[in-house]
Amino acid sequence: MGKREIGLRLNGVDRRLEVEDQTLLIELVRGLGLVGTKLSCDTQVCGACTVLLDGRPVSSCTTLAIEADGKLVETIEGLADGTKLHPLQEAFIERFAFQCGYCTPGMIVSAKALLEARPDPDAAQVRHWMEGNICRCTGYQTIVDAVLDAADQMRSAR
Amino acid sequence: MRIVGTSARRADGIAKVTGSARYAVDLSVPGMAYAIVVRSTRAHARITGVESEAAAASPGVLRVLTGNDLVNAGLTPYYGHVVLDHPVLAIERVRFHGEPVALVVAETKREAAEAAELVEVAYEELPVVIDADDALKPGAPNLHERRGERVGDEGMDEGEGGLPTNVCAIARVGWGDVDRALANAPIVIEGEYRYPMLYGYAMEPYNALAFFDQGDLVVYSSAQHVYMVRRDLARMFHLPLARVRVSAPYVGGGYGTKSYTKVEGMTAAAAYFTGRPVKLDLSVEEAILTTRSASARIRARSAFTTEGLLLARDFEIVMNNGAYTDNTPLVNSKTANRCFGPYRIPALRVVARSVFTNTVPSSSLRGFGAPQGNIAGELQMDEAAEVLGLDPVEIRLRNLVGPGEELMPGKRPLDADLKDDLRCLSAALEWPGATAGHSIGLGVSASDAGAYPTSTAAVRIHSDSSITLFTGSTELGQGSRTVLAQIVAEELGVPLESVSVVNGDTGVVTYERTTGASRTTTITGRAVQEACRDARRRVRDLAVQALSVSADDIEDTAVGIRAKGKELTYGEVIEKWFGAGGEVLGHGAVRRAEGFAKMPPFYEIGCSGLELTVDRETGQVHITKLTTVGDVGFAINPALVHGQDAGAAMMGLGAALHEELVYDGEQLANPNVVDYRVPRFSDLPDEVIHLLAERRDGSGPYGAKGAGEGAGNTIGGSVASALGRLVGIFPHELPATPERVWRLMRQAELAKGERQR
Repeated sequence: MGKREIGLRLNGVDRRLEVEDQTLLIELVRGLGLVGTKLSCDTQVCGACTVLLDGRPVSSCTTLAIEADGKLVETIEGLADGTKLHPLQEAFIERFAFQCGYCTPGMIVSAKALLEARPDPDAAQVRHWMEGNICRCTGYQTIVDAVLDAADQMRSAR
Repeated sequence: MRIVGTSARRADGIAKVTGSARYAVDLSVPGMAYAIVVRSTRAHARITGVESEAAAASPGVLRVLTGNDLVNAGLTPYYGHVVLDHPVLAIERVRFHGEPVALVVAETKREAAEAAELVEVAYEELPVVIDADDALKPGAPNLHERRGERVGDEGMDEGEGGLPTNVCAIARVGWGDVDRALANAPIVIEGEYRYPMLYGYAMEPYNALAFFDQGDLVVYSSAQHVYMVRRDLARMFHLPLARVRVSAPYVGGGYGTKSYTKVEGMTAAAAYFTGRPVKLDLSVEEAILTTRSASARIRARSAFTTEGLLLARDFEIVMNNGAYTDNTPLVNSKTANRCFGPYRIPALRVVARSVFTNTVPSSSLRGFGAPQGNIAGELQMDEAAEVLGLDPVEIRLRNLVGPGEELMPGKRPLDADLKDDLRCLSAALEWPGATAGHSIGLGVSASDAGAYPTSTAAVRIHSDSSITLFTGSTELGQGSRTVLAQIVAEELGVPLESVSVVNGDTGVVTYERTTGASRTTTITGRAVQEACRDARRRVRDLAVQALSVSADDIEDTAVGIRAKGKELTYGEVIEKWFGAGGEVLGHGAVRRAEGFAKMPPFYEIGCSGLELTVDRETGQVHITKLTTVGDVGFAINPALVHGQDAGAAMMGLGAALHEELVYDGEQLANPNVVDYRVPRFSDLPDEVIHLLAERRDGSGPYGAKGAGEGAGNTIGGSVASALGRLVGIFPHELPATPERVWRLMRQAELAKGERQR
């Protein structure tokens, strides 16, 4: 099995890493201790493993680590600025938009990509964008509310 | 009251939104090896040989284990909290496709997976039975010629010793002369109803990490009931309870699916035989092969007067519980207790049988028998209303049991006002609805919840008056850390920020029987209150000595004591007594006595409904409105109660509309979340309303009682009744998939055509 060195910018830090060809992106980030990214369905259906690759949400369970070569990778650990939470993180807490929390990192990361693509979404657009993220606890309404709140917050902060 | 009754932010909020919350699956320890399960490729067979030499010689492999290794080492190779019949790894025989047969332990997960492919198991096939009714037929293959040892009483009051072939459990409930009432009644509604086999899909699949530390077994796992798992493991390794430590950090979804032992025995066995810490984390497909919920077929008859008053109900229930006992006896008996509804019933007969088949073992899932029975019990109220020309809400109001009235003789009287709840619900749904093409369905349920009320808690008051709470209740996402901290802060008068919660680790925290049956707020909450009161007593005891006053001179203040005009905080009393540092420990215990003397400890109320439309072309159901009434006595944290109601209702919608595990021959056809479709954002109803009914009528702290399951219990029945009124024929089988709804519409059109001819 081949190994190669890749370079990526992970949560704002440039890293050079040696990875096996078969290593998955989720294995790479979790192996580096960034275990906020969660594995669940392992079939690109549930969204728990979502990370941002050059700003686009991808399922890290079905993305090879070598595909991240030369790219920006952002995981849930990259959102907060020290102890200052990202507006999405604040809104998820405020709206009780999680229970067990297992889907939450992927959910928040997906929502971040949404708000970058579309800073002023309506509820229907949030639902549509988030279709690829499953939550088994909340019933989704509080998540929609949280994303809309965060969008408001981020717009007014601009 | 300052802190209870408010939607305080979740205690685990920052950890969960930043990705820093640690679940069992995230943990690793130095020197950790990995296990992979080799699973049966037969549904029922004798194991004639396991060829493991090639696997054992594969790179990185430490050991290949089979059930015989456990037997030969003198371990107890079975687990089960009621009946000891579930082999940790198959012994001599497999009873379902996917059953663990061997375990490969290697340095890395990939090495273990590659070696697992090399394990060859030879089988001699046995006759297979998948369907529960087939398993009851004479001559059906017998899954358990010798029954396992009884180790628990849960739900096994009936049928001991003489259970017929393949019958895992029988439950009977009843009173009055049912046959006579049915024979003489003016109206009898009769039908057969089916509820699907479900997979709970907690998003963190089952996993564990086990190691031995100086002979003590330490297991980190995704378990809900850490103390129940401890008992299974202690029995397995012949260890005292004190030398087994089971710890569940954050748990990625439970819903009952993580109740009781799952992979902990296998993982601990791997650690035992390799002398290494071992991690075993299943895939979702493997999790589906680990535990599901029981499907049900229910024959029901309900007799009414012409005014719509119930005269008698008769239920015959057959549930498919899979290959092993697990929690079946309890689920079976709860199905029997919950199917007939919270109604005044002069004559009742329920016989519920759960049946062994060559399928994945079933155990607990949210609602626990209630959704299975509810579709029959509630739908017959709607069907009777239709026949009698009565309003479906009115027929329920005429029959509902009132507050303080018994549902079952000798049991706790109803601690809820269901009539008022139902009026709230129907008003919020704008019953009976006026929009063409829209149809409303609703229902009620009362579940004997709470399980056996054994619970303890401890609080440590530190020298700065901050508090640590120790509880055996696990945080599954329901918010137990938050609610229990609110109770501590309320009782001891301290700010919520100065309470920290340590939970879910049998080596550290105090005993808790289970985290399930919607019990934590009510039962654990009472233990927490008692612990706080005990801590206050101990502070007063210290003050007597430290201040040289008599006990009569001391009275409690919000955050300490007052003695002879002098006010001291807890911390000041503690420091004065010790001289330097120190702390006070308070312990609380509740048992089946006093407020919990009568079973059940409380009734969990279900009162929810919805409005739907159907696409006439495709049969696709769309939910336009979902409404829940959370009759929780007192909402210690209203936002968390809404969260429980929303989650339970959405899970109910999944089962009502999409979810069903399907056996295609001897194998599951859809053991993955592509083909087993759980609700997504697009399934969110257009409008969602969560109401609370707070009458302080619960047996928990401040009059609270449990939530978390009730709102989902009535959803299946609600969907069926709404569809029935819209389409013209009541569906008797869930889920109401587009195909089934489309066929129902065609059937209704044909029937209409027949009538017109």
